[in-house]
Amino acid sequence: MKKIHPAVVAAQPFQVAERRPVDRLFADEEGKDRLEKALSRYPEKKAALLPMLAYAQERNGWLSPGAMEEIAEALDLTPAYVRSVATFYTMYAKRPVGRNWIQVCTCISCHLHGAEEVFEAFLEQTGTRAGEVSEDGEWTVIEAECLGACGFATVVQVNDRYFENVTPDTVPEVLAELATGRSEE
Amino acid sequence: MGYPHSHDLEVGTILSRHFGDPKARELKSWLTHGGYEGLKKAVGMEPSEISTVVKDSGLRGRGGAGFPTGLKWTFMPQEKKGPHYLCCNADESEPGAFKDREILRWTPHLLIEGCLIAARAIRAEHVYIYVRGEYFPFTSILNDAVVEAYDAGYIGEDILGSGWSCDLTVHIGAGAYIAGEETGLMSSLVGGRAEPRIKPPFPAQSGVFGRPTTVNNVETLAAVPMILVNGPSWYRQWGTEKSPGTKLWCCSGHLERPGNYELPLGIPLKDVIYDVCGGAPNGKKVKAVIPGGSSTAMLTADELDVETTYEGLQAAGSSLGTASPIVMDEDTNIVRATRRIADFYAHESCGQCVQCREGTAWVARILKRIEDGEGRLSDIDTLYDLCEQLTGRTICVLADSVVFPLRSSLDKFRDEYEALIGGRA
Repeated sequence: MKKIHPAVVAAQPFQVAERRPVDRLFADEEGKDRLEKALSRYPEKKAALLPMLAYAQERNGWLSPGAMEEIAEALDLTPAYVRSVATFYTMYAKRPVGRNWIQVCTCISCHLHGAEEVFEAFLEQTGTRAGEVSEDGEWTVIEAECLGACGFATVVQVNDRYFENVTPDTVPEVLAELATGRSEE
Repeated sequence: MGYPHSHDLEVGTILSRHFGDPKARELKSWLTHGGYEGLKKAVGMEPSEISTVVKDSGLRGRGGAGFPTGLKWTFMPQEKKGPHYLCCNADESEPGAFKDREILRWTPHLLIEGCLIAARAIRAEHVYIYVRGEYFPFTSILNDAVVEAYDAGYIGEDILGSGWSCDLTVHIGAGAYIAGEETGLMSSLVGGRAEPRIKPPFPAQSGVFGRPTTVNNVETLAAVPMILVNGPSWYRQWGTEKSPGTKLWCCSGHLERPGNYELPLGIPLKDVIYDVCGGAPNGKKVKAVIPGGSSTAMLTADELDVETTYEGLQAAGSSLGTASPIVMDEDTNIVRATRRIADFYAHESCGQCVQCREGTAWVARILKRIEDGEGRLSDIDTLYDLCEQLTGRTICVLADSVVFPLRSSLDKFRDEYEALIGGRA
């Protein structure tokens, strides 16, 4: 189990290719440790909600209704409240996504550099439609709002990585790099 | 992630001096660059003395609003009756802005030091740095620095043997533009939807966990350590009387050399666009510039001879915002670009206020109709009417934010709208 300093326990990358699914989030040592450390950083239990939603996604790749219920119980919140928060934020996956969750920024600065064509190229080359998981479970492609790297358009986020200055011509390189990451594991 | 041409301009860089040097992220190396000297000074000062130095420097909030930082700190209760909190707003998400990520990425210890000095000034015992969720690579760099600073005794119990204690927690969001609004940030941090709330009460009266809270932007806090070490007049050697200091610029769109640049406030906007960034590529002419991030009013190519200060851009009918010019060349379809901006605000509306929830989506839909050649002349009047309906009527300024680019594009590029409409009444 990776040792995490309590100060940064609420800031762990939660959109990752290497998932470690669990049936019960807080049944193992790691889950207990994350919960306890997060709770130690806030005067109210509720504030650990976003960190725990993130943790569930880090482990399972998405937020299942069961995981949300577990979190609700651990934090003395209602499941409805937890869902209302989870659905507010775009980065929480409310249904399973591919191992590589590709988010293409098409906001204004990327738009001015033809981001829509980059988005189309990703869809075409992964053989998916927007938001759906490819048959092999590897890919999900969506459009994203501003990713905060506007000087390096078009910007693409894949899980916890940024790819910058992507053009339709370089999409195959990005996909190849991501596929290589798979075979190295 | 290649680092672009930027910090090597001979204008006296402060914040960006060590951008591009991965060693500067490490405490050992950072200490050789004067790291934590400001904190050493701060622990020997009274909170009010720290606020006074920052007030005298004229530092203004770099998140867009430009409120005087030292003054904001003095709004916190002078007598403590319970915990105080500092929130560092690292939820950078204004389209066009990508400066705070460079501070997180290259000089995380500078930010940590700024946070601690500010915490001492407002008598806070806990700092929360709220970073936008998407910034995983930069958050990981910050995380490493925070752990280093804890281990070295710059954060935690009895800081530098002064008897003063302060904790710091890094907290990440999950994709919501509105979490960058200060009351939205606070709603999110305590475990809720990032819904803004009406002020008053102001955060200094009742903020996170119902306690007095100050929210400061990353770039603002990063400027604090050097101001404390070198004094207010040192900082005032850059910029103007009302807008002192330097500013990190984020230049994007159709530019020969896009990227981050640290520049003294007050230089003409045309110099930023043409001299620093090389103008539009491929010999094209610049058509329009959105100077301060997507929520600011467009300027035409003829309106760029304006001083880049808070008051200078305001006088020009726009705003310095986050100093994030988005440049559009002569081939740009202004209606389409405006529609893309409206799409953003429609997507990011939190949905609490009717005007914003409905209005931002109407604007986007009408603009799309015009873009697709299905608009009517009356649509232009409807858009102007929506500009009225969306201004000053909602809890936060997200609705107002779509009006600035929309109204300016209607005023200045009406011919492009009319050309697409083609006379249909």
